Amino acid sequence: MPFGLLKFGLTKTYPARRILPRQHDLKSRYDVVIIGAGGHGLATAYYLATRYGITNVAVLDKGYLGGGNTARNTAIIRANYLTPEGVAFYKESMDLWRGLSDEFDLNILYSTRGHLTLAHTDGALRTARWRAEVNKHLGVDSDLIYPDEIARLCPQLDLSKNVRYPILGALHHPPGATARHDAVAWGYAEGAARHGVEIHQHTEVTGIHVQGGRVTGVETTRGAIECGQVLQAVAGASSLVARMAGLKLPIKTIPLQACVSVPLKPFLDPIIVSGSLHTYIWQTTRGELVMGGATDPYPLYSTRSTLDFKEGLMAHILELFPFLSEVRVNRQWAGMADMTPDFSPVMGMTPIGGYYIDSGWGTWGFKATPVAGFRMAECIANNRQPDLLHPFRIGRFETFSQVGEKGAASVGH
Amino acid sequence: MKILNCPLNGPRNIQEFVYGGPVQDMPAVDAPDAAWADYVFLEDNAAAVVREWWMHVASGYWFIAERDTRTDDILRTYAPGAPERTGDA
Repeated sequence: MPFGLLKFGLTKTYPARRILPRQHDLKSRYDVVIIGAGGHGLATAYYLATRYGITNVAVLDKGYLGGGNTARNTAIIRANYLTPEGVAFYKESMDLWRGLSDEFDLNILYSTRGHLTLAHTDGALRTARWRAEVNKHLGVDSDLIYPDEIARLCPQLDLSKNVRYPILGALHHPPGATARHDAVAWGYAEGAARHGVEIHQHTEVTGIHVQGGRVTGVETTRGAIECGQVLQAVAGASSLVARMAGLKLPIKTIPLQACVSVPLKPFLDPIIVSGSLHTYIWQTTRGELVMGGATDPYPLYSTRSTLDFKEGLMAHILELFPFLSEVRVNRQWAGMADMTPDFSPVMGMTPIGGYYIDSGWGTWGFKATPVAGFRMAECIANNRQPDLLHPFRIGRFETFSQVGEKGAASVGH
Repeated sequence: MKILNCPLNGPRNIQEFVYGGPVQDMPAVDAPDAAWADYVFLEDNAAAVVREWWMHVASGYWFIAERDTRTDDILRTYAPGAPERTGDA
């Protein structure tokens, strides 16, 4: 370390940047209580404060800031979904993502890499073409490309025909990107706190008070809070929190596992996904390969890891990159994913007055962080379901009007 | 390797089985849409010991397992028609 830097550490002229103010006592009343201090909850608080001037807000979390699925995803950002509803939603998210570093004055390491969804079968090629056309129609940059172009973008891929699942083509999505997942939570938290939002970590909600069909407050491990509006943004535990309010959700909690390799020299620029092989892989700026696959085969409230997952994932990674066979796995983890029957979120108003939900985030929650916060803030401020969220309303299943998002990650087609 | 005790085939690798969802009563054929939507789409999704359908794929055999969804411990398995006290795993 250059000695010049040492003086910054020893002088009071350049204090370390403190992201959160010291924790306050809980007040007995807030206008809005947000359950869950992950990306989505914090983003909602941030946009409530900055766009609507609603600052008497408490964000509560049973753990620590951004310690749930915000810390457990694989940080891939894209908008190349299949349904028009999904594409419009994730496109707005990408538009917000690009401005976040400037908005926060904090570098969230947003890095545009390009994103390739490989097709190994005629069926997958057909889906890729379908997605490309829907994307282009809605102004999202996507195209179907063939092995000659794939070889130009990612020469490291095994494009030979003498393999079990030859690569026939790919959906190319040039704006596909990644970002530092923690920094997103920090940026929203700092911005929200600067406007007066209180963030209370290690404060678990243990009950939700509903009277005459309206929410009136929440019970926490640090006492009761009265409030007029409550948002739950607790992907992974959505059903458990919703049950406290008397709601039953179309969600199964299923673990999603992932891992990273030891750091390697930079060799892989684009993000590579294969739906047929249930695999995605990209290389971080510090050289680790981030790898993930399909969700576990059955529901579970646990973040344990299994050998079955790693065996299957590595077999498929080696189909694509045989030269990685000697590379070691460095860390593994799992998150608990809210899987919905149509692979789309469950967002917005609920049958309970003043109670809002941001759930069903399955394997697609991280990339939706900005738009989920932006539109949930609008929903809470206006007490009205925003048009963009109408397809994702909680009541869609009763009328059999699911969204059917087969462009979701970790979904076999 | 995680072992699931099949009432028909004995202890087997859990990879030989598929999960079939929670055991629940089917609504009447003429039940209102809301009842069917609840049955098809909505989930208790409890963090507790739950009763579930599982199938041994190779033999096509469906049975019931009691599993703790917090710890992934499989407590008991039994044939669908069998009294619940028999066939302890």
